[in-house]
Amino acid sequence: MTRYAYYPGCSLSGLGKPYDESLRAVFSHLGLGLEEIGDWNCCGATSYMSLSEDKAVALAARNLALARPMNAEVVAPCAACYLVLTKAQHMMAEYPALAARVHQGLKAAGLTYPEHVTVRHPLDILVNDVGLDAVKAKVTRPLKGYRVAPYYGCQVVRPYGTFDDPLRPQTLDRLMEAAGAHVVDYPLKAHCCGGSLMGTMEEIGVRLNFLLLKEAKTRSANVLATVCPLCQYNLEAYQGKMRHTFNDDISLPIVYFTQLLGLAFGLSPTSVGLQRNFVTAEPLPAMA
Amino acid sequence: MHDGTTHCRYAEDVNPAFPAEIMAKPGGEALRDCIQCGTCSGACPLSVHMDLTPRRVIALTRAGLERDVLESATPWMCASCYECQVRCPRGIKVTDIMYALKRRAIEKGMYPKRFPIPVLARAFYNIVATHGRNSESRLVVELALRTNPLSLLKMAPIGLKLMKTGRMVFRQERIMVPKELKTILDAMEES
Repeated sequence: MTRYAYYPGCSLSGLGKPYDESLRAVFSHLGLGLEEIGDWNCCGATSYMSLSEDKAVALAARNLALARPMNAEVVAPCAACYLVLTKAQHMMAEYPALAARVHQGLKAAGLTYPEHVTVRHPLDILVNDVGLDAVKAKVTRPLKGYRVAPYYGCQVVRPYGTFDDPLRPQTLDRLMEAAGAHVVDYPLKAHCCGGSLMGTMEEIGVRLNFLLLKEAKTRSANVLATVCPLCQYNLEAYQGKMRHTFNDDISLPIVYFTQLLGLAFGLSPTSVGLQRNFVTAEPLPAMA
Repeated sequence: MHDGTTHCRYAEDVNPAFPAEIMAKPGGEALRDCIQCGTCSGACPLSVHMDLTPRRVIALTRAGLERDVLESATPWMCASCYECQVRCPRGIKVTDIMYALKRRAIEKGMYPKRFPIPVLARAFYNIVATHGRNSESRLVVELALRTNPLSLLKMAPIGLKLMKTGRMVFRQERIMVPKELKTILDAMEES
């Protein structure tokens, strides 16, 4: 059994709980092990990088150091975590003076930074390690009638993602097709949702997310699949405000790609956390 | 804040050391290679909301007009989607430069006052520095209390839904020995 060092990040025990539940369910169904990195800390997200580059890299490096003895690749499902961990690796490799300070810091806590730990996104693992054929073979309830807008957002594919095109990604499209869904052409698939701007400048966040949903509706999607907890929250929780602001009904279920995949594998809606989504899954066709 | 169009700049507005200092930061190296093509501004999903477009931020930084850049809301409105950085035909790490500008604005106390984004960054930073992990729910409440307490009322409907779906967690998660982070960070400052 392939096992991975799991870095859930803070969001997956809160807003992103259904992401955690569906990811664990899907990985276990495929015989992939997820072993949580003990005592992991917050990745620092965009806030740490805004205040101190040294500290931002050190926070990420501590997590990699904790994963080191596990001798496994690290899985980071949250887009921000994935970006921060991979960015820290790039910075450690490219900026020796910064790296020296981080080594020094970790040493004080009895930790060693690992030069060779690979950080992966679950989308990458499902498409490239498991493979589309193996995924297809596990599908017992094809997602017939699902017209999926595949939404990658930004940080999973840019700028450090290695498994897909940074501007016109395809992996989620192929994975959803393998699950039996019809994938709609969605030109805004890698366009940013604004991230935490929804919390700080709500009008702007609402507008950005309205545009994303409007386009998905125009393309006749009946569900949007996401790979990031913040995208999921922004697109889902503010639909009421979007309807009110733009007087346009853009209601759409916003689900994690792992939730859809789990359903296609025949897993129950509750085992993939579907009851935690705001926009009821009712519009989803063929839901048991 | 200068509005970027009607204000004339003179030699005394220039900090000649500024461009070189930004170029010395990780990601700032290619600043001078900019050809002002505007690809960054065209790619940016937020440029229509910004007081200075990303292209102008690069131009002003390169020209040493430090105050214009640091007092601008633009670096703070950058959502770090890296589309400008990936599309730049000159290999300029625009997003990384925005981060360098944010850090400098904080250091110099020149960031736009009463603007919620640096407040969020600081609140987030403090929660993680203390506990090692972030609590989304606490962060939202703390941000609201520091900027606009009334917004908590407006957020109540979403909060209720989050509670009902088990996605609102008020328990503060923490790492086993939160002081370990301080040990690491202190040791870095000494080196």
